Amino acid sequence: MPILNLEAPSRRFVLKASALAGGGLLLSMRLPSLARADGPTDSAAFMPNAFVKIDAAGTVTLIAPHTEVGQGIETAQAMLIGDELDVGLDQIQVQPAPPDIKKYADPLLGDQATGGSTSIRSDWTRLRQAGATARAMLVAVAAKRWAVDPQTCRVERGVIHHDPSNRSLGYGDVAADAATLPVPTDVKLKEAAEFKLIGTSAKRLDTPFKVNGSAVFGIDAKVPGMKFGTLALVPVVGGKLLGMNEAAARKVSGVRDVVRVGDEAVAVIGDHMWAAKQGLEALAPTWSAERHGGVTLQTIVAEMDKASRTQGVIAKKEGDAEASIAKAATKLSAIYELPFLSHSPMEPLNCTLHIQADKAEIWVGTQVPVRAQKAVADAAGLSPDKVTVNNLYMGGAFGRRLDIDSVAIAAKIAAQLQYPVKLVWTREEDLRHDYYRPYYYDRVSAGLDAEGRIVGWTHRVTGSSIMARWAPSAFKNGLDSDAVEGAADTPYEVPATLVDYVRHEPAGVNTGWWRGVGPTHNVFVTESFVDEIASAAGKDAVAYRRSMLGKNPRALAVLNLAAEKSGWGTALPPRCGRGVSVQFAFGSYVSCVIEVEVSTAGEILLRRATVAIDCGLTVNPDTVVAQIEGGLILGLSTAMYNQITLSAGAIDQSNFHDYRAMRINEAPKIAVHQIRNAEKPGGVGETGTAAAAPALGNAIFAATGQRLRKLPFAPGLKGA
Amino acid sequence: MKTLNINGQFHQVDVPDDMPLLWVIRDVLGMTGTKFGCGIAQCGACTVHVDGEAVRSCLYPVGTLDGKRVVTIEAVGGTPNGAKIQKAWLDREVVQCGYCQSGQIMSATALLDRIAKPTDADIDDAMSGNICRCGTYVRIRDAIHAAAEV
Repeated sequence: MPILNLEAPSRRFVLKASALAGGGLLLSMRLPSLARADGPTDSAAFMPNAFVKIDAAGTVTLIAPHTEVGQGIETAQAMLIGDELDVGLDQIQVQPAPPDIKKYADPLLGDQATGGSTSIRSDWTRLRQAGATARAMLVAVAAKRWAVDPQTCRVERGVIHHDPSNRSLGYGDVAADAATLPVPTDVKLKEAAEFKLIGTSAKRLDTPFKVNGSAVFGIDAKVPGMKFGTLALVPVVGGKLLGMNEAAARKVSGVRDVVRVGDEAVAVIGDHMWAAKQGLEALAPTWSAERHGGVTLQTIVAEMDKASRTQGVIAKKEGDAEASIAKAATKLSAIYELPFLSHSPMEPLNCTLHIQADKAEIWVGTQVPVRAQKAVADAAGLSPDKVTVNNLYMGGAFGRRLDIDSVAIAAKIAAQLQYPVKLVWTREEDLRHDYYRPYYYDRVSAGLDAEGRIVGWTHRVTGSSIMARWAPSAFKNGLDSDAVEGAADTPYEVPATLVDYVRHEPAGVNTGWWRGVGPTHNVFVTESFVDEIASAAGKDAVAYRRSMLGKNPRALAVLNLAAEKSGWGTALPPRCGRGVSVQFAFGSYVSCVIEVEVSTAGEILLRRATVAIDCGLTVNPDTVVAQIEGGLILGLSTAMYNQITLSAGAIDQSNFHDYRAMRINEAPKIAVHQIRNAEKPGGVGETGTAAAAPALGNAIFAATGQRLRKLPFAPGLKGA
Repeated sequence: MKTLNINGQFHQVDVPDDMPLLWVIRDVLGMTGTKFGCGIAQCGACTVHVDGEAVRSCLYPVGTLDGKRVVTIEAVGGTPNGAKIQKAWLDREVVQCGYCQSGQIMSATALLDRIAKPTDADIDDAMSGNICRCGTYVRIRDAIHAAAEV
């Protein structure tokens, strides 16, 4: 999602709107304080702000505003704070922040949320300030005790040294006194050359627990006395529960309870998941389809086609693109389509809850702890402060856990029970009740002059607005900035551009954020169409892009690096081809070259991927590489195979046999090349996913001459 | 009552014969390192060893385990190849979200137990039953090769 221009939740986070544009970082933001009474704290600890706590034993705890979904953010946050504190990563304990929007909102999202590749951009300054401020106060105490100038002290691994007098004190020795000092507001941060942790490929803090089974994911929560439940949700949005066989369910050994939530869901609770599953099978709920019973993917797409013929809300207008195209020597136009997608993280949706008359507690992995807390409070008739949220590791999310529909329904079930319950979605329920990446139906056109240069470019996006539902205050004047992100801001210089947006909500389908958000949609459209144009102009795909990047040196540099490292232009075996993409998204520049072979049977074989990235200042280079590798594989997997379809209003797919995920034998070799510089940090987690589909589609074209404008590619690809 | 040999310890459990091993391990015995992913043996997140062989515990009826030895992620580090694989996973920083990695490590360990120096094709055969949505495959392959060199 783009950076949101929301009402700031706290004056402390009020930022100039201009500083938010283009992923800009915020300077001199005041750090929220954490009063001792209202946070995760203990009375003896030194806690100069909401993010860092140091106890008398010298243990440093990072209260992490961003949560771990696999992207390595726990470690990166610890590196930011630890570098300024001059402690080792091994000396830091990470604790997910409790729900508290005033203290822990992501300033670029205006919500306590982990998403949109904003974490490092949000934390780069505030967490370093948090660490540096704490360090300054701790050093001040030591210097005062020794009656020396703080400037003559140094800190190494949490020990303050005064070398001239050969004295030292640990952070724990001075923590209590530091807690009595006023918090300075003007602490100087390190220069890049002084970083010890930032910029190194430090080992992740969470991985040792993830190779021996001891890491606790949401689904692993254990609460004394808890039972286990699973549920069936109404298959067609708006449908009604017609009937169920409760007696049969209760006959199943180990079944304890059957719970109904209106027409939304039924759940069976038992001594273990197996009892609950067997019980749900015996319960055999039947449902009506009501008004969405006639919905199929075809009816939705037909409606979108119709909507796409209407004028949209203008997202970008430079020059008169339509007039320029009308008089152009060559005119091109195309329709690109992207399917509904499920997130399907490896850990199915789940939530463990204990709802009592006057309080509630939940154990869940969520990207939005404040929203999760509110969902439970609403269901239980409690105020949010009576709901304790234990935010555990997430087994992937890809945007799925930015929504709290699952927490809300779990709370409505748990509110009917007298004991704690762990509710686990089966894969089938998870896949069929997603908030799907919207279907997009995009019309693009371009006019070329006699030399093949673009003289005018139009792009009309038609699709659901996630923003209007998820962050209504950011949906302004009918424009969803996410729906056009990557379309209204391509890296290229084009003399006349018109980008507009037609909001169209698909009947009977809930839509939500999906990894790579706007750019995963729009970079596919724009980079595929640029490729079509280059081909129509008779130009090489890389050379043609270069000719439009004269004023964009960072984009040009990643393109050149990816071209060079991929061997662009060198000969390939028959049926093979290379495709390229370039993007500026999430504040980072990425170029990707994919090399494919298309078999005579029409199978796509991924030979090799080469990625160049310039994400500016880098916290952990190895994590950047890992995110590109993994993001690219998710993007390729999805581009090749995945689409959610509907029949009679219900989702057709159900599990990994019909919603295919790439496996190790299909994955290409991947080489990631980083351009390191001192530019502002850019986001990384979603960049690889956005780059995948356009580079792959362009490679398929190079290999076969088939231009595939509809994702996924596999069904549309012809063999020999 | 049934007696199960899991990680060298005997557990008495009172569960139906057709109950999959996965839910006995997770919900009855409280060992949560083994993960639920799909329930139909498509994803491999629930992989454990039964008499040294990698199996999908989500479809493995507990009633067929009589006299068999089960090893899970919690104990695989006590075997020479399990320890090598875990170390290689950390050295190569394979893990992202980590949810599938218990199953990946169980499959990789069983592979090394069978083939000391697996080829890329061996890795494809042994590991293609384990899905990773984070896309850590490049590093899984490297880490298996690295572990085989130890």
